[in-house]
Order: sequence, then C-alpha cells, then structure tokens
Amino acid sequence: MITKESVAHVAELAKLQFTDEELQHFTGQLDEILNMVDQLSEVDTEGVPVTTQNVVLENVLRADEATMVTPRDELMRNVPTEKDGLIQVPAIIDKEED
Amino acid sequence: MDYYKTNIDQLHADLVAGKITSADLTADTFKAIAAKDGEVQAFLALNQEAATASAANQDDQGIDADATLAGIPVAIKDNIVTKDLTTTAASKMLANFVPIYDATVIERLQQAGMIVVGKTNMDEFAMGSSTENSAMKITKNAWDHTKVPGGSSGGSAAAVAAGEVLVALGSDTGGSIRQPAAFNGVVGFKPTYGRVSRWGLIAFGSSLDAIGTLTRNVRDSAHVMNAIIGADEHDTTTVPRPQEDLGAKIGQSVQGMKIALPKEYLGKGVDAGVRAQIEAAADQFRAMGATVETVSLPHTQYAVPTYYIIASSEASSNLQRFDGIRYGFRAKDVQSLDSVYVRSRSEGFGDEVKRRIMLGTFSLSAGFYDAYFKKAAQVRTLISRDFENVFKEYDLVMGPTTPTTAFGIGAKVTDPLTMYMNDILTIPVNLAGLPAASVNAGFVDGMPVGLQLIGKAFDEATIYQAAAAFEDANDYKDQTPGGQN
Repeated sequence: MITKESVAHVAELAKLQFTDEELQHFTGQLDEILNMVDQLSEVDTEGVPVTTQNVVLENVLRADEATMVTPRDELMRNVPTEKDGLIQVPAIIDKEED
Repeated sequence: MDYYKTNIDQLHADLVAGKITSADLTADTFKAIAAKDGEVQAFLALNQEAATASAANQDDQGIDADATLAGIPVAIKDNIVTKDLTTTAASKMLANFVPIYDATVIERLQQAGMIVVGKTNMDEFAMGSSTENSAMKITKNAWDHTKVPGGSSGGSAAAVAAGEVLVALGSDTGGSIRQPAAFNGVVGFKPTYGRVSRWGLIAFGSSLDAIGTLTRNVRDSAHVMNAIIGADEHDTTTVPRPQEDLGAKIGQSVQGMKIALPKEYLGKGVDAGVRAQIEAAADQFRAMGATVETVSLPHTQYAVPTYYIIASSEASSNLQRFDGIRYGFRAKDVQSLDSVYVRSRSEGFGDEVKRRIMLGTFSLSAGFYDAYFKKAAQVRTLISRDFENVFKEYDLVMGPTTPTTAFGIGAKVTDPLTMYMNDILTIPVNLAGLPAASVNAGFVDGMPVGLQLIGKAFDEATIYQAAAAFEDANDYKDQTPGGQN
C-alpha cells in the first residue's frame, strides 16, 4: 500500500507538484497500478538475467571527425525567452546567498 | 481521386504515365481532409504550402519509374519531428514547438519523393490506447464516430481509414500502431527493434519505441517500410544489414508455413466475436496449406505489469528534458529556477503523462529498484524466451491484435488500469523487440477486428508474405466506413 507521503516524495523527485486533492487521486490510482504490478512477485526469476535492450550491437563508434553542427540562431529558435543571444531564466542564486 | 479505390502501385503507374500529377494528388488529398476531417479530427497540423510546392517540384522533375513513392502524399504522427512544421506530441508542453531538423524517417520519405501533408493526433507523448489523452482534440474512429480510434497513433489510423490519406507513419511502443490499425480496419506494421532509426522520434520508452506504417493494404505498407529501414549514424541501435526488400515474399503461397496460435491469446478477456474471427483466420491459413497449431507463451499474463514498469521508467528518464528552459512550455510568473522546472512540468504535462512519470520515478527510486525495475527487466527476459522457444519450431505467431473491437469514447479514460489491460496482446512484441503486423480480419457488429502476425527478429518478409496471402483471400480491405464501394 503506497502512502500519500511517499507519492509526495516521488513527485518531488520527478519535479512535479500536485494539489492535496490531486495527490489523493494519484495515490489511489498508483496504488491500483502497483497492486497489478505485484503479480510479478509470483514469477520465479532466480538467476534470470535482466533485459534492458534487444539490440546485439556493442560499442558503436564513429570516426572522430569535425563536422558542421546546427547554427546557434537555429538552436535558439524554440527558447521561451532570450536576452542578448542567451537563454533567460529566473535568478538561480538566492539573494541571501550572494 | 478516391483513396478507397487505389493503392501505391496504381498511383505510381498513373503518375509515371502522366494520367495524374503529384500536384493534383496533393490538392485532392487536402480536399479529402477538408471534407472528412471536420468529423474525424485526425489532423493537428496541415503542411499545405510546403506540400504543394514539393508536389509541383516532383512533377517538374518527372516521376521516375523506379521511384515507387515519388509524388505520393503521406501523413506523419505528431511525435516525429518535421523541420519547420509544428510538432507537438499532442502535448501542451510542445504546443508551439517548431523543429529545426527532420527525423531520419522524414528525410528518407522525402528522398523517396513522398509529400508530407500534415501531422496527426495521438495520445500525449504516445501514452495511451485511445488518443483521448491528446491535449489537442478528440479523434473519432473512422467506422463509428462515437468510438475511439485506438491509440496512441489514433490520428494516423483514422486518417487512413477515413480515406483522407493513403499512407501514414505511426510509432509503436506497446501496440500504438497495431491497436489503432485493428480498431480502424487498416494495416499496421511495427518493424523489428533496430530496423528503423528513432532519430527525431520524440522518445517515450527508448528500448521499445519503433516507427512503422498505417496503410490500407499490405503491399503499400511494404513499399513505405522499404523506404525508411536501414542503419543510421544518428541512432546507434539501428542494425547495419545488407539492402533488403521486406516485401520480397509477397505473392508467395503460405503452403507449408508453420504458424503458432498461443492459447493465451484467445483466453479470458478476449471477446467471443473477436475469437471467432481469429479462429476463422486460422482455418483460412490451414485451407491455404499452412499448419496452424496451438502453443503456449506462458508469461503472457505478466506482459502488462512488466511493460508498465519498463516503459514508465524509461519515460520518466526521457521526459526529464522537459524543464521549461531551452524549448517547450514555460510557466508564467515563476520566481526561482526550481519553480520553472516544477511549474512548467506540472502545468505542461497531462494526467496520464504525470502518472507514468510518477510510476517510473517510483520504480527507479532507492529501495524500490530491485523489487520493481529489476524484477520487470528479468520477467522481460522470460517473455522473450517464450517467443524464442516457439520460433524454434514455427515461422510465425498469430492471434488477435486486441481483446475487443473499438470501445466508446469516454468508456475507459477515467480508469487507467482497464485501459492498460487493452494492450495485453501487443505489448509482448515490444518487450521482445520483434516485428508484427495487424491486418483486418473481418467485423464484429460492424466494427473491424485485427489479426496480429508476429515474426522472428528481422523476418518482416514472412509477416508480409502471410499478411498478403490473407488479405488476398478476403475482401475486407474493400469494405470501407459508411459502406462506400
């Protein structure tokens, strides 16, 4: 049984915020999903390797050659706000810490 | 031009002979979209100006007899990036996102001369099975506008089924091409993992994602797949192979082919009408000289929980990039950097996306990793081994694509778990990285049923062989929504 507190902790890790009501709702839904997932505990996986991908390739390398990359102006095209060609964001360091 | 009465080979012949032009075809496509999409709501963006120009360009160059796809319009699922054409993944997060490059599959289609006409609706970030998780609009099933088109490639499937386009690209992480193909009575094809570059596909579950096709018939699918397959320096999981024609065995008899029918695929939860159509399909394959035998894929029942842990874990990692800084939605009136992240993500993502991020973050978090992520990754191995065992003796696996035909709009959207269970027959294929198709296998109460054909890794040719034989033995593809023809 997952608690509202642990869901709030996971939300913090995931950089998401919820109202109390949303948190309640998500806790219920995640609990149901995790109950379904708990079926997996009945599978004997002793000594079974994990599969994280199905491709047999290893260490795919490319030639170490300089190539033209996307021009700066293009890269800035979807930036929400910019100033003097730089991405603008709110203050990163609190004033008190200056 | 009526897309219900033609196919790529026919259009190509007419283009080469000068009976039609790409400009006319493209203009007719936009007319068909204008006439039908008000009701179906399959498209999110149209590319009319650029498409008209590239069609005129194709006509000026002349359509080469070897360029099967040249001058033919195609629609693209909105999680595949298209240079200068808004690409949203049906999320508020990317509502104004204009890509600065083309996905590899788009480059290849354009190289082949195809005309990109627009972007199709989907579940937000491809997370869903009904296209109801789109932040943009509700797409309708082409056969019954009160029903869902399936998902997440619901827009692509509905656009093809409604005759708005002949061909569309989709993506399939847990069934997102095959399930909407089944619900709309069209052909959906998901290639082997590693066959098609994912460069420019907005990532969901990177070890599962595959780009494939939605078409009205099997041969058209093979034509388009042939254009997009092959290694790509931008995606190191693409497997280098000699040039192949995936449709090479189309037209060959299935005489002597060994087909496995897993008992789990006709078990509890599969609608009786669907089961009857699939059993009838098995009998048809037998009548054509194939052997169809019942087998067991014993870990099938664990596919859904395994998938939701793995796909959500990968998604939680992939979606970290949406932080409101360099592109995408940024919340207004934020005072600190942390609140840019938190508020942009909380306001920009829809509920299903948040649910998956939460499930994934939980599964990967300290103290839960072994019990959830690692356990699921081990069960994934067992699911792959089930297929390996069956493929030692059989050429193909067959079964239904979905347990039921299309359900009603609103029927499952409030209950995530019921929605997830709908993917039980398509998910195992993604976990094992195998190729699979869904082809129309008739109707139950007027709604299409999908026959799923699963092949060995990199043996798409055998799927196409069997799918074409089945399609040719039936007239299902000539039946269209509204009973035209």
